[in-house]
Amino acid sequence: MHLVDGPRPDLRAEARRFGRFMLQELKPKGPLLTPFNVITGAIILLSAVLLTIRFTKGLGAITNLSQDVPWGLWIGFDVITGVAFAGGAYVIVFMVYIMGQEKYHPIVRVTVLNGFLAYVFYAGALLLDLGRPWNVINPVIGNSFGVSSVLFLVAWHFMLYMFAQFVEFSPAVAEWLGWKRVRKVLGAMTLGAAIFGITLSILHQSGLGALYLMARDKVHPLWYSEFIPILFLVSSIFAGLSLVIFEGSITHKVFHHRVGRRLAATHGDIVRGLARICAGAMFVYLFAQILVFVHGQRWEYLGTGLGWWYLLELVGFVAVPAGLYIYGFRNNRVPVIRVAAALALVGIVLNRLNVTVIGFKWYAAQRYVPTWMEIVVTLAVISAELWVFRWVINRMPVLDFDMSESGHAQEREERAGVVAA
Amino acid sequence: MTGLCHVTQRGEGRAKQESGGEEKGFRMKRRDWLKTVCATGGATLAATGLRAAEPAEAQPVSDRVGVLVDTTKCIGCRMCEFACARANDLPEPEQQIDRAVRRDTTPDQWTVVNRYETEQGVVYRKQQCMHCLQPACASACLTKAMYRTPDGPVIWRESKCMGCRFCMVSCPFDVPKFEYDSPVPKIQKCQLCWSRLQEGEQPACVAGCPTGALKFGKRRDLLDEARDRIYHAPDKYVHHVYGEGEVGGTTWLYLSPVPFDQLGLRTDIGNTAFPTYTREFLYAVPLVLTLAPPFLLALSRASRAREVAEEEGEGGEA
Repeated sequence: MHLVDGPRPDLRAEARRFGRFMLQELKPKGPLLTPFNVITGAIILLSAVLLTIRFTKGLGAITNLSQDVPWGLWIGFDVITGVAFAGGAYVIVFMVYIMGQEKYHPIVRVTVLNGFLAYVFYAGALLLDLGRPWNVINPVIGNSFGVSSVLFLVAWHFMLYMFAQFVEFSPAVAEWLGWKRVRKVLGAMTLGAAIFGITLSILHQSGLGALYLMARDKVHPLWYSEFIPILFLVSSIFAGLSLVIFEGSITHKVFHHRVGRRLAATHGDIVRGLARICAGAMFVYLFAQILVFVHGQRWEYLGTGLGWWYLLELVGFVAVPAGLYIYGFRNNRVPVIRVAAALALVGIVLNRLNVTVIGFKWYAAQRYVPTWMEIVVTLAVISAELWVFRWVINRMPVLDFDMSESGHAQEREERAGVVAA
Repeated sequence: MTGLCHVTQRGEGRAKQESGGEEKGFRMKRRDWLKTVCATGGATLAATGLRAAEPAEAQPVSDRVGVLVDTTKCIGCRMCEFACARANDLPEPEQQIDRAVRRDTTPDQWTVVNRYETEQGVVYRKQQCMHCLQPACASACLTKAMYRTPDGPVIWRESKCMGCRFCMVSCPFDVPKFEYDSPVPKIQKCQLCWSRLQEGEQPACVAGCPTGALKFGKRRDLLDEARDRIYHAPDKYVHHVYGEGEVGGTTWLYLSPVPFDQLGLRTDIGNTAFPTYTREFLYAVPLVLTLAPPFLLALSRASRAREVAEEEGEGGEA
């Protein structure tokens, strides 16, 4: 196991030991035939068949995409909503590594892991939607930089941010492999990766909204404004944190044997803290939405069907959960906070789909409705992500880890050591 | 990047001097800030790349080519459709069509002529890519597959395109069409017969027009001609050349006897070039990339200093 440490290791023996360790770790832990495994496994197998059809017959074979609606569920939900949900990673990283709020340290790894996997799978789902995915390297290798494109920025930021998130998470991998010296090097890179990652997140969370700036005549006026980038950025804060709360409540049940003592003891406190931040972000978001609405003089649309839909989104799934969040942390009611998180997540799904799918070409005679096959592939992407998430949680120190070695805590301990000496 | 390093170095130095005695507590981690500085430097590089992104005007706009469509001369014979198909190796359009059905261009038919019942009777309008002077599709394309050639035609380059269809989302005229039924799909649209233009020929549709409804030339001259026609027959035309200012100007220009919305042309798209709508956002990118990292670093340092101070205070009391 000690590939790096120890006096002059016999490399070949080490490699053998490493191979055995990996084989051991690759094996599934726990029973194979659980309802979850059977269902998700069936979904993944089915979607493999569907994707084979998609790659041999073309996108039209399994999707309802058309010349009028070039972007459907796979972009609107998988990529644009998925990335908003992954926003928790940059917010938590900001609070822990930049603001030094040690309270949130116990959830930093699971959140970054979640964010990283979300990017790998949901942004990876972009490849399924690309008509000519073999050319995906073109904007990377430099033979054709479309630098005036918002999508160019988003693509690059996805890649760089995945890398930054991997660096942020890598100490857990190094600890799992027992590479102590590597762990130290990686740990020292955390602050840099955090700063870089937050910067990238600000830009591409808003950039996803900026994608629709040129579709100004196609997106319904209630959802289109030149402030989409800012609205997307602000909403990604509570979208991400709500997912952290929601995911945490499930993770703690399913993986309770992996949860560390410190996290178990402080989780309620963490959730209340997050609820407060969410409520704050949601009120800022609501205020911004109202400003956009009044400034854009959108009154005339309120009486229409989509107007009610718009009100439902903003009142039912932003204002109400914001109120529930406040009630939850004031009265110390974690279940209420969880309900608020679930509602807020629905609100984000609604908002992103309203911009990208439901409100897109709202005037068209023929509306886009995804096929069941598009939905199955989306579910398969989520299932695959959950499988990898479970695999990592069950093996690496994610929910229970030594916080003393990284960032602020380390320095504080060093100081403490000096003071004590 | 080196310049930036120096600045930051100096900044750090000053901070050190000012903080004086406390500085010892910071235990300056050289590597630590070097990393951040390098990240910032990388960001700056990316930023300069973005700056350079602004489309360079290789040729003055006045030298661009153009096509003038005079809908009063069009008899709806659809010869242009057939000429287009022949020139671009597309399947021949159907001979018999239902004139009442409004047709749109498709992946294998790059131009269509539709019949419109207007207040002045029947008017035919040819429809194809407008070849904007500042095309939304080209500015949306992250691989420069959609590309505006210096003389005007907006072309699509197969080897670069990754099929993301952002051009379709962005185009104000919904022109680019995607082959949904192909495993090797292409984006299809009128290329203004770019290869024919290189050989000094006219676009196929213009060459095939028997009535002179289409006229090819320099855009500047065609605009003069269009105004001239309106001037000499003010009762015959609406006093506007569609495409002169729409979305920042288009290569294709239309004259019409009736308001243009009666010919199915969007009149609500404004005169602003579409790339302008994302320009502000793209300008903000280098700013955020360069300003956010040092700000975050400073914030992290500040919060750490506070923590250390608090701990020391506690330690002192004990």
